[in-house]
Amino acid sequence: MAIALRTVGLGKSFGAFKANSDISLGFESGARHALIGPNGAGKTTFINLLTGVLTPTTGEVYLGEEKVTGLPQHARVKRGMTRTFQINTLFPGLTVLESVVLACCERSGRSGVWWRTVAAERAPIDEAREILARLRLENDLDVPTRNLPYGKQRLLEIALALATRPAVLLLDEPAAGIPSAESAELFHVIAQLPRDVTIVFIEHDMNLVFRFAEKITVLVGGAVLVEGTPEEIANDRRVREVYLGEATHG
Amino acid sequence: MSGLPTLRWGRYEIVFWLLPFAAFFLFPGYLTLGSQILIAGLFALSLDLILGYARIISLGHAAFFGLGAYAAGLLAKHGWGEPLSGLALAAIIAALAGWITSFLIVRGQDLTRLMVTLGIGLMLYEAANQASSITGGVDGLSGVEMGKLFGIFAFGLDGKTAYLYSLAVLFAVFYMSRTLVRSPFGLSLRGIREGERRMPAIGASVQRKLVAVYTVGAGIAGVAGALLAQTTQFVGIDVFGFQCSAELMIMLVLGGTGYLYGGLLGAAVFMLLQDYLANLNPVYWQFWLGLLLVIIVLFARGGLMGGLIAVQRRLRWSRRWLSR
Repeated sequence: MAIALRTVGLGKSFGAFKANSDISLGFESGARHALIGPNGAGKTTFINLLTGVLTPTTGEVYLGEEKVTGLPQHARVKRGMTRTFQINTLFPGLTVLESVVLACCERSGRSGVWWRTVAAERAPIDEAREILARLRLENDLDVPTRNLPYGKQRLLEIALALATRPAVLLLDEPAAGIPSAESAELFHVIAQLPRDVTIVFIEHDMNLVFRFAEKITVLVGGAVLVEGTPEEIANDRRVREVYLGEATHG
Repeated sequence: MSGLPTLRWGRYEIVFWLLPFAAFFLFPGYLTLGSQILIAGLFALSLDLILGYARIISLGHAAFFGLGAYAAGLLAKHGWGEPLSGLALAAIIAALAGWITSFLIVRGQDLTRLMVTLGIGLMLYEAANQASSITGGVDGLSGVEMGKLFGIFAFGLDGKTAYLYSLAVLFAVFYMSRTLVRSPFGLSLRGIREGERRMPAIGASVQRKLVAVYTVGAGIAGVAGALLAQTTQFVGIDVFGFQCSAELMIMLVLGGTGYLYGGLLGAAVFMLLQDYLANLNPVYWQFWLGLLLVIIVLFARGGLMGGLIAVQRRLRWSRRWLSR
């Protein structure tokens, strides 16, 4: 399999504190790859380094063959790597449809158009409606984002990411803060995404991780502890001690 | 298409644009003041694009107003009196200056932006003051001789040409701005306003958009300055002044930011009030203006426009209640 995304010796220090150190990982095209680890393991920092929100102290990020380490966030999105946020980072005053149309216009290079109205942009609108239907938000098109129930806001997070047509999709706790019944449904939607999209996700609910992930990387203290298939991870003694053990005893 | 911005004109908008025509016929003695209001409205519109839609705070927007005024004034003084080409050239010069300075402004935060815009305004003021052989310095630029509009309409003392010319330019620029804020580009500006942190994550370069809108805002301010120079056939150095930038901010905040109409409304109220109060007491009038500003900012969030919209909503509510 081709490697869609990889890092070489990626590290980030905040003063003396090493949030990430020497992380070298590869994500195969079409992977369903989970990042797990206890709180403070550096999972979100890792996503921030991949997407350019933070600048790494050491190491490189490669998207396909291309080195993207120095590129700003928006340029990495243009090259096919998109993320969602653990804490909803949406457009509260825009409606659901407006938000996704905005992202679609951005992706299709129509966002510089100033001489005609949004309503005249048929292609991005159709695309946005199609994405929203896929996420079962088709009845909330004209609802201002701030009035949307929390669970649906989590879906909109994903809709905005899909509108960029990512080759690599990084989901930072997509189900954070929603009831477990709803989170299973949300992961069901994620599971139905096309197979050519590489999905890397952070998730705390082990049931969901073991149900959806085909490969799991365990981060502890900012470094990779172990990587493997769900069975390998479930049977790994170190993982049980450091992570799962803690979780079950706690 | 439901919910997405279109170009349809609302009832209140049509009424609003009929007002300046009514004023033309009803108050022929006040056309000079009328032109000043239209020009101030255009100037406030330009600030609304950058403040109301892109959240860039500027206390030096007069820099572009002044550049436009001097560009148009100097052109006419040196024999190029054709108004429309003068207007276009002034817009280009101001937009160019806006584009160059935008790189200093978009990267900063609010306080930095405030200081940088203030500084640029002060620099241009002093530059115009120093170059008195070109600009006339503190005495102002006189000898501005305008040609006839379309070769037909002279800028006469009755102010009719000046008024209608200013109104036509204001409406044209307003129409363009109105389309812009409802376009995909306008949607992305709202995106920056609503969720600047998300924008890069959907592939948008926030900086590039801010540069673009700042350049447009500067160009429109230049048009407003040029209109002032052309219609009054004079440029005073105060077009670069801090007071000019500050009063502009007052007009816009008074009217309400982010509606486009707020600037026009604020300019009209400000100038009419100034005229009225200064007649009552030429020394003391700013006291009342200050009081009004404080009241508006504290009690009517969103300025006059915000207040009007709230009233309209309240009325619609009560009407629905009554009809039950």
